[in-house]
Amino acid sequence: MSATTNTERTGLPASGTARKREGGLLGRGVVVGYLSLMVLIPLAAVVWQSTQDGTGGFVRAITNPAAIAALKLTFLASLAVVVINAVTGTLIAWVLVRDQFRGKGAVNSIIDLPFALPTIVAGLTLLVLYGPKSPLGLNVAYTKASVVMALLFVTLPFVVRAVQPVLLELDTDMEEAATSLGASGLATFRRIILPNLLPAILSGAALAFARSVGEFGSVVLITGNQPFKTQVASVYIFGQVESGETANAAAVSVVLLVISLLVLFVLGLINRWGTRHDR
Amino acid sequence: MIARLSLRVLALGYLALLLVFPVSMIFVRTFGNGIGAVWEAVIQPDALHALWLTLFVAVIAVSANTVFGIACAMVLVRQNFRGKAVLNAILDLPLAVSPVVIGLALLLIYGLTSPVGAWLAEAGIRIVFSTPGIILATIFVSLPFVVREVMPVLREIGTEQEQAASTLGASSLQTFRLVTLPAIRSGVAYGIVLTMARAIGEFGAVSIISGKLSGRTETLTIYVESSFQRFDIVGCYTASLILALIAISTLLLTNLTKPKEEY
Repeated sequence: MSATTNTERTGLPASGTARKREGGLLGRGVVVGYLSLMVLIPLAAVVWQSTQDGTGGFVRAITNPAAIAALKLTFLASLAVVVINAVTGTLIAWVLVRDQFRGKGAVNSIIDLPFALPTIVAGLTLLVLYGPKSPLGLNVAYTKASVVMALLFVTLPFVVRAVQPVLLELDTDMEEAATSLGASGLATFRRIILPNLLPAILSGAALAFARSVGEFGSVVLITGNQPFKTQVASVYIFGQVESGETANAAAVSVVLLVISLLVLFVLGLINRWGTRHDR
Repeated sequence: MIARLSLRVLALGYLALLLVFPVSMIFVRTFGNGIGAVWEAVIQPDALHALWLTLFVAVIAVSANTVFGIACAMVLVRQNFRGKAVLNAILDLPLAVSPVVIGLALLLIYGLTSPVGAWLAEAGIRIVFSTPGIILATIFVSLPFVVREVMPVLREIGTEQEQAASTLGASSLQTFRLVTLPAIRSGVAYGIVLTMARAIGEFGAVSIISGKLSGRTETLTIYVESSFQRFDIVGCYTASLILALIAISTLLLTNLTKPKEEY
């Protein structure tokens, strides 16, 4: 950052600098304009709509029993997904970095499949294998477990891809020292590897949480969307929009927006904490 | 050794059960009814229209977000100004906000009950329940990818070459076209692939803004849902298969375009 400022101050003749500043201002204007038009104004409309019936209306909308049930399910399922992902994601990253086996490259490239595959297709694939006509005889469709399963599918890459580069960078010296001093494999992992990976695990988990809370496409087919049972918040919002209750939909959306913003904030803190030794 | 082996089995088993088996089932089920049935499902007018609309929308969204993405990355990396951190944070919103909320947001702005929507309708422009709405939703959800891929590359290449070019008399446009753009092209290409994948796969925001009018505003992902609901199983699996094939090609493309230093 400071390098840029220095070159701007010294590098160019005066007229060039002035022209450049004008160009910079134009670029900034275009960027801010595009972001406002595409992202900020529409989101502001959601917040504005949620306040249309006053504070009382907002509170009524988000304390509606069906809304509360949907928000609670979304929150708890996302929490479960994050915990499972933290464990399995770290495990997969470890196997991909430290283990050697035939076909590792292929396994590494399919990790990103959940990001590339449309969410509605993800839901359909899970329904085929774990639905009423399951060839494995394993039917979780239309249960709370199906919510967790769909969310696990779509969030799979987050922790793996956050942990993998850190694990690649990590020197094995410390681990070897620990082992030679008599530490068991488990102790080495808990005392040496885990502390180094923790910021990455948390940052991947935070992203997975944000994704889970808002997820829609993968859950609509497999969960059956029963209110009070398997209806998540995004599906509740969708239902409210369909039945013309946009104020209710907007109020619950604001709750989700606040959660997203909090997660982004926490993510910023985690990243700062993770790079605290580099600064 | 045994510990290492059991960890490997555990990790690969989890991936197989959650990812590999379910996705391969789509292939099995689609062709379970024979190639003829699949071909018939593909040439359904509604299916063809959905495919065409999906590609059309994706191309527009990718173009808009590529141009914006490069401009935005230049501004964020090469300029210092008040509010830069805020701008940077706003960029992550499309990835953090639920697609359904995005759809609702666009509906509230451009719906006929809003002043903007009413004004546009008077001018004869319809956004909601038509293609422009789908395009806006798709641009929204796929907005950050090019920016986020180009930013680190721009930071990496520094400004020396650009300064040399402008000292030698190149205009800003020439410097950009001949020096900056070739240097960032790997990042741009990777960003485009990611944007394309996200644009083709968008479902939630489009569900709300498109009105799901069969043969008119149905994209391929919506077609998967609607054919599922009317028990057109072959049509549903065939559309899913096409989307899955696009996803897999995207993965192969990302492996080719991914900037080398990452893994």
